Formats: sequence, C-alpha cells, structure tokens
Amino acid sequence: MIDLSLLPDGGLTWLDASGPASHLVLSTRIRLARNLAPHPYALRATLGDREGILTDVQAAARETVSLRKAHLFRVDRLPLEDRQLLHERHLVSKELAGLGDPAVVRPGAALLVQDRVGVMLNEEDHLRLQGFRSGFDLDAAYQQVDRVDSELGQRLPFAFHPEFGYLTSCPTNVGTGLRASVLIHLPGLVLTKEISKVLQGLAQVGLTFRGLYGEGSEVVGNFFQLSNQTTLGKSERELLDHLGKMVRQVIEYEEQARQVLLRDVPTIIEDKVWRAYGLLRHARTLSFEETMNLLSGVRLGVGLGLVDQVGLYALNKLLVHTQPAHLAQHEGVGATDPELNVRRARFVRALLEDEAGRRGATP
Amino acid sequence: MRCDQCHERDAVVHLTQIAEDQVVTVHLCERCAAEKGVESAASLGKTPVGAFLASMGKGLDPAAVLPGITPGGACPTCHATLTDFRESGRLGCSDCYRTFEGALRDLLRRLHGSSRHLGERYQPPGEAAPAALPTSDQLREQLRLAVETENFELAAELRDRLRVAEGGV
Repeated sequence: MIDLSLLPDGGLTWLDASGPASHLVLSTRIRLARNLAPHPYALRATLGDREGILTDVQAAARETVSLRKAHLFRVDRLPLEDRQLLHERHLVSKELAGLGDPAVVRPGAALLVQDRVGVMLNEEDHLRLQGFRSGFDLDAAYQQVDRVDSELGQRLPFAFHPEFGYLTSCPTNVGTGLRASVLIHLPGLVLTKEISKVLQGLAQVGLTFRGLYGEGSEVVGNFFQLSNQTTLGKSERELLDHLGKMVRQVIEYEEQARQVLLRDVPTIIEDKVWRAYGLLRHARTLSFEETMNLLSGVRLGVGLGLVDQVGLYALNKLLVHTQPAHLAQHEGVGATDPELNVRRARFVRALLEDEAGRRGATP
Repeated sequence: MRCDQCHERDAVVHLTQIAEDQVVTVHLCERCAAEKGVESAASLGKTPVGAFLASMGKGLDPAAVLPGITPGGACPTCHATLTDFRESGRLGCSDCYRTFEGALRDLLRRLHGSSRHLGERYQPPGEAAPAALPTSDQLREQLRLAVETENFELAAELRDRLRVAEGGV
C-alpha cells in the first residue's frame, strides 16, 4: 500500500472546507495540457519516449520552487487498489490510473505532487499540470498552476504553434490547454427541479458539467463539476472570468432555490435533512451510493443552518474516506470485501458520533 | 460495463439525464448511442472529427486538399495519417499540426469557434523572443494555397489577417 501520509494532509488540503463559498463549492481545480515538442504523443510514444519524458520532467521539477519537493508516484507500478486510492483522492484521472475503458495502465504513467499542485505524466498528453484549491477560488488555483507552467516551460521544450497555441494530443484541448472545474453541490436546484434548465443554460454559454470524478463519471450526491468546454480563441483570463461569472450565477440560483424550499416546504426539507442524518448516524449497512446521497442531505442541512452536529470538513472527510478504496485501506481489507457496506456504516457512525460529541450538540 | 440498450456490447457513452428530480445515467455502446443520436465526450474524438475529415477528403486526393501534406498523406515525423486521426481522434505528434494544418484549422474552428490562440505566448528555453506570429510572406503563401484549393472561408480570414499584419484596416 502506498503511504499518502507522506503528502501534507495526504494530498487533501483542497478539501479542508476553508475556501470561499465552501458550503456549496468543494473544490476548484485547473489543469493545463502540455506536450514536449520532440516526443511523439501518447498513441505513438515508445517506451523509450515515455521514460525519457519522466526523466526530463523530474529533472526539471527538481530545479523549480513549485515542485522541488514533489513526491513521485510511479502509477504504472502500483497495484490496482493504490491506483484507485489516488483516483478517489482526485489526484489522478481515471485514464492515468488505468481504470478507464480499456482498463490498462500506460507505461510511464506517473504523478508528481507537492502541496496543492501536481503533474500527471504520460497521460493523454505528456504533462497535465494541475492546481487545486479548497472552495471556489479560480484565481488562486490558476496562479498556482501558472507558476508550475512557467517554471517547467523555462526548462522543457513545450510544443507550441504560433497560431494554434499549446499543442495537445486531442484537438479539443489545443490553445490554452486549460480546463477549469468547480465541484459544486446543488441539491436545492435538484429538489426544485430547476437543475436541467440551469445545466442547459450552461451548455448554451460554452460550459459543460460532469460527475464527481470528472469525464465520463456519473452525478452522485448532487455534486456537479462545472467546467469550460473550449480552450482556444479566448485568453486564460477570459476563460476563467467567464466560468467564474457563470458559477457565481449558479451559486445565486442555488441559494434562491434553498430559500424557496425553506419558505414553501419547510417541514419536507427538515424531514429530508434529519432522516438523512438519522440514517447515517444509525444505519448498520451503507452502500457507497446511499452514503453519497445521505451526505448530500446532511450537507444541505448544514448549509441551511438546520444541523450543527457536524461540520463541513467532517462531511468532506466522509465523502473521501467512505469511497471503496479508501474504506478498504482504512479497514485493512480488500476492495471486494463482502462486509464493506457494514464496515462503511460503522465508520460513518463512529465519525459522526465523535463529531457530535466534539461539537457538544445532542442528536 | 454492458450497454443498457442491447446488453451485448461494452458501454462507452455515459449519458447523464435529469428527469423529474432524479439524475439518471444511461450507459450505451457506440452503436446504440448513435441510433439514439447521442454525441458525447466519449464519441467526440471520433464522430465530428471523423465526419469532418471524411467530408474534407471526399473524392479528392488529400494532398490536393490539405496544403503542406506529403504525397503519402503521412506526417513526416511520426508517420501518422489522416486515417489514423479519423480512427483515434488523436494526433501523433506536434508536427502533425503542421502537416495537416489546413484541415486542422477548419476543425479547430468548428470545435472552438476559432483557430487562433489568444492566451499566453510561450517562450521556449533559451529563446530571446516569444514564438512569432506568421509573417506577411507566410500569410500570403497560405492565402495562395487556400485560394488554389478553393477554401474560400479560410482565404477570407487569411486576407483579414494579412491586412492586420501589414498595418492596414
């Protein structure tokens, strides 16, 4: 098993609920796709190319401030459960972890990570630079990843075309190579049935949404990842400003939806929230999906000020640590352990009881 | 994961829909997705790119359509062809963007609404000046090729850019 405790806060500082609008937005993430000019792209790269990319990037990273102390995970040499762990922690994509379709880990697949920045190596592009922040903070996340970009770009020959900009394996990422994602919790819009209208509206202004784990993932627990669709023809600043403006609008709609719910159907909402809390506090078996949905209910309750037995940070921790690979590691069992749902319920009960005791509230 | 529709092939398209207050995800194989008229991120690599490139080359020798293409239609550096690109939706190397520049410019316009990078300009290690925009001579050459291949949409844009480059209106 890999030891994620080597990373400051286990690579989870972005989930500490300290950032702006943390009651709605879990995290902000920005990635920049970059390739090294001399090497063929992923589909045509040889083993020699892949190892060469790893060596060159590691050497360059050691000379930077952003990644000088970065920890390297050779994802291609990790067993399945460790790769799942990194993916659940949102440090690597499904594809890099070899959990996509086909479920194959590419040779040379690796992750460099230091504090709130990271680089995925030998993914679809040679480098995917990433910056993470807690809450809704596009500026800070961009500042971090931009610094990694400048520091590495001064030392490595990035592929750049005078007209098209940064070149990428897939033309959908060309130009800035920038994809910014805001992971946001929208139960109010789902409950008031306004969500499809909002998502359609976002599609019309060039934004897209995905599930909790990014591309190709399902929406669970009313968590949506909102991000820019196009990467070319606008500056980084314009792309971020546009996304930021739209996310602020969505936040406003969500707040309005919550007020409507509290005003028109307060009993139904309170009942929903407390049932969710009651089930999490007392259930003896919990599937991952049920846990996500119940956590969504409790999170809404915390946001509305109905529940003070649990804080946002604890809810975020539950969101991460009840995922299959995390739970299996915590319990010292395999990911296919038949008792995993029983173990999950026990884990949730213990954490919530501890949290309620710490906060001095009675359930 | 099997396709929800035919239960035979592997699902490659994951369509998230919102019906009532429920978020439902349907998993479909490529064929069933196509029958339903669904285009997703998963099929994006193949469908629009492929269809577009197919229409570009219809009844024509690719060498005649795409300026700068080598006679065999392969990138001189990685030997990828437009057929490879059509099948995978991925380019082979950075030089593919130069080899297939004309076709890619049109494709980028369709995908992004523009083919022109307006973001940060990259300064490679050891180079004094940032990577330059095309010179007037290069633009004039591209314009000539665009007119020759009857790519008038591109020709119009190149004409505008040439005007700007030469300090005109």
